[in-house]
Amino acid sequence: MKIIKNLIDKTKPQFEKGGKYEKWLPVYESFETFFFVPKKVTSTGAHIRDAIDMKRSMILVVVSLLPALLFGMWNVGELYYMSIGETTSILESFWQGFLQVLPLIVVSYGVGLGLEFVFVYIRGHEINEGFLVTGMLIPLIVPVDIPLWMLAVATAFSVLIGKEAFGGTGMNIVNPALLTRAFLFFAYPAKMSGNTVWIKDIGQNPQLVDGFTGETILGQKVNMVTEAYSGFVNNKLSMLDMFIGNYAGSVGETSTIAILIGAAILLYTGIASYRIMISVFAGGYLMGLLLNAVAPEGNVLLSTPALEHLLIGGFAFGAVFMATDPVTASQTNRGKWIYGFLIGVFAILIRTVNPAYPEGMMLAILFMNVFAPLIDHYIVQANIKARLRRAKINMIQSDSENN
Amino acid sequence: MSKVTHIKKGLKINLQGKPERIFHQLPLAEKVAVKPTDFVGLKPKLSVKEGDTVLAGDALFYDKYNPDIIFTSPVSGTVELINRGERRKILEVVVKTENDTIEYKKFNIPEINRNNRDAIKKSLLESGLWPCIIQRPYACIANPQDTPKAIFISTFDTAPLAPDYTFLISEYKSEFLKGVEVLNQLTDGTTHINIFQETRANNPFQAAKNTQINYFSGKHPAGNVGVQIHHLDPINKGDIVWTVKPQDVVLIGRFFEKSIFDARKIITLSGNVKKPYYFKTILGTSISSMLNNQITSKKEQRIISGNVLTGTQVNETGYVSFYDTQISVIDEGNYPEFLGWINPGFNKFSFYRSFFSWLQPDREFKIDTNYHGGERPFVFTGQYERVLPMNIYPIHLLKSILVNDIDKMEQLGIFEVAEEDFALCEFICPSKIEIQSIIRQGLDTIKKEFS
Repeated sequence: MKIIKNLIDKTKPQFEKGGKYEKWLPVYESFETFFFVPKKVTSTGAHIRDAIDMKRSMILVVVSLLPALLFGMWNVGELYYMSIGETTSILESFWQGFLQVLPLIVVSYGVGLGLEFVFVYIRGHEINEGFLVTGMLIPLIVPVDIPLWMLAVATAFSVLIGKEAFGGTGMNIVNPALLTRAFLFFAYPAKMSGNTVWIKDIGQNPQLVDGFTGETILGQKVNMVTEAYSGFVNNKLSMLDMFIGNYAGSVGETSTIAILIGAAILLYTGIASYRIMISVFAGGYLMGLLLNAVAPEGNVLLSTPALEHLLIGGFAFGAVFMATDPVTASQTNRGKWIYGFLIGVFAILIRTVNPAYPEGMMLAILFMNVFAPLIDHYIVQANIKARLRRAKINMIQSDSENN
Repeated sequence: MSKVTHIKKGLKINLQGKPERIFHQLPLAEKVAVKPTDFVGLKPKLSVKEGDTVLAGDALFYDKYNPDIIFTSPVSGTVELINRGERRKILEVVVKTENDTIEYKKFNIPEINRNNRDAIKKSLLESGLWPCIIQRPYACIANPQDTPKAIFISTFDTAPLAPDYTFLISEYKSEFLKGVEVLNQLTDGTTHINIFQETRANNPFQAAKNTQINYFSGKHPAGNVGVQIHHLDPINKGDIVWTVKPQDVVLIGRFFEKSIFDARKIITLSGNVKKPYYFKTILGTSISSMLNNQITSKKEQRIISGNVLTGTQVNETGYVSFYDTQISVIDEGNYPEFLGWINPGFNKFSFYRSFFSWLQPDREFKIDTNYHGGERPFVFTGQYERVLPMNIYPIHLLKSILVNDIDKMEQLGIFEVAEEDFALCEFICPSKIEIQSIIRQGLDTIKKEFS
């Protein structure tokens, strides 16, 4: 601690006004504030400030992602060993998964933060911590077998076009992590769906065990499989198994229980909106029930039980970590209920009636991101109208009193 | 008719150093000052020059745009110093007292009834008590030409370390009631006395006649008069209401009882001090007269006239501000903190349960003046609403002010707010945005537009 402090004290003058590297000051400060919360004191307004800041809040979101990440690593390793017919301990599976997921994290953070720093230099303001979360979300919502260069291109696309083009964190319209996924989904569909992407090397693995298929549950349902399984057709999944989440899918999306632990952290600390989370699940569940009621005989997707819909695919992950992104969600409390509910409804609708896009959650959230300002507009207009009405009533009353 | 309004939103900031319920008489300060900067938007013009002798109640300066509004000396003595700042802006008019006694200017007091309203206003203006009356919208000194729709007196303060007015006013009960009687003549509408539900029993304010008594419960900002108005009778465009702080009501009452501008008042000392008491002193007294050997901490301290959320920073050679009833002393936070954002934070106060300090909810905290982070754009939503008990969309209102959209500000309710109502939003803001300054900027813009 002393060493870093001394280093900062020694080098800082070169970056300050008039110094040799004056233009690099924002970049330098971004690093400095990582080590030391600045000594800046209040000068106007309230003399005391809450201990929270953007770094703390973003780190808390990352912490809440850890259960899903750790489970995802184990799941990836476990499925890998299952695909080559080995049985291993939890730790070995976890280690294998760790080695497979780590490159995704490194690439996502490396590319994203690198670009962020470029913009810190260009714009001359301190770094915004938003990418700390985005960079952790991206590896969790892609298949583990995605080529790293694709991930790098997609991350760069979402940071540049999705965020910095609008002015950086706080100004973006759609969720940057989901934009990354959408980019991959439409640019490289072969690497984002099917039965050969969810498990490492499954496409060209000579050791692959006969009868193993690496489809997601949603993929199975599209192919008219009525009872979900993991890896082997006779390895059936009960509702509880789906809740725990040992089956193929994007790295962090499979375990509903791990996601709910994260949700508990977010809700307890008050960082994420309970309104959005509850209403997404409610919307999805009700839509599921409705579709069950009208489902024609033999349509597997439409007749999937409503509760099962909430457990499979990216629904829970999207509801807890994606829909609740405060920048792209509706900003008014009432709006949040509507916004979340519609995400749930659309996610299930897209998932079931358009089998080409079984991952309806991603599209539903992106769609509602774009509509969130419209929802807010109507909510705020209602407030404005109520205020005008109150003024009018008041005027009429005072007029009649005067007469 | 009296109903109880429960304010559910808000935040109690539990700080160390609450004032103890002990009255302590201070000798008359050597120096007393009136500060033009205490009054929002005031352009002062001097009526005295350095070396003049004045009586208590003699004018020191007046409002350039409304010369009827004068500001008078709370003590008798010599005008010692007129402190000026940048571009010769007048900061303080300091009066040096003589022989520990005050000589008063005599005023003629009109009879207190509604037909005499203009005469009452004239006396309030002449005595320098008019600035005690604050108007909404804009939260500035009231315009003497107006007749307000209603008058609101909040008799409790929920801000951190705030004095207990029930205790404080018990010293001045009759003067308070007289003051309410006087104010009651200035409106055709209702005079509202807003009382804290928990202090309902044995409350000195309940005896106020011809008024509407309202009860409120809840956390800060339940004591803010703006929040109370919003719940009782919200301000619409074109409405004008007046508000007066309890001790200012006492000053008005005392003036009408004694025909002199007797500006004795009680000011509490709170925070990092040896004796956090209720001090009997005088309006505009010097900080040094109150802080006599009170600060023992070796750390650098910040002295605030007012509470820690809305007060003004003063130094030891400064003076208590006109409207303030408390002095808060807290640590300066000018130190860097190593990896502070990852610290478990057992001793850090936060509205969010993001530090482990939530394990001890009843603990009294010590909060310093550190920002605890850097300024960022608006990112989180729905947080301000949790501490703003008003039907207002804070982020939308703030953004309309930032883009200077006057119509939108009006539609979103700027007439109903003052910066103090947003102080908690500023405190909890994770993006460290200067919300109170933005609100003031909006109020100033609107005021200019409509005057």
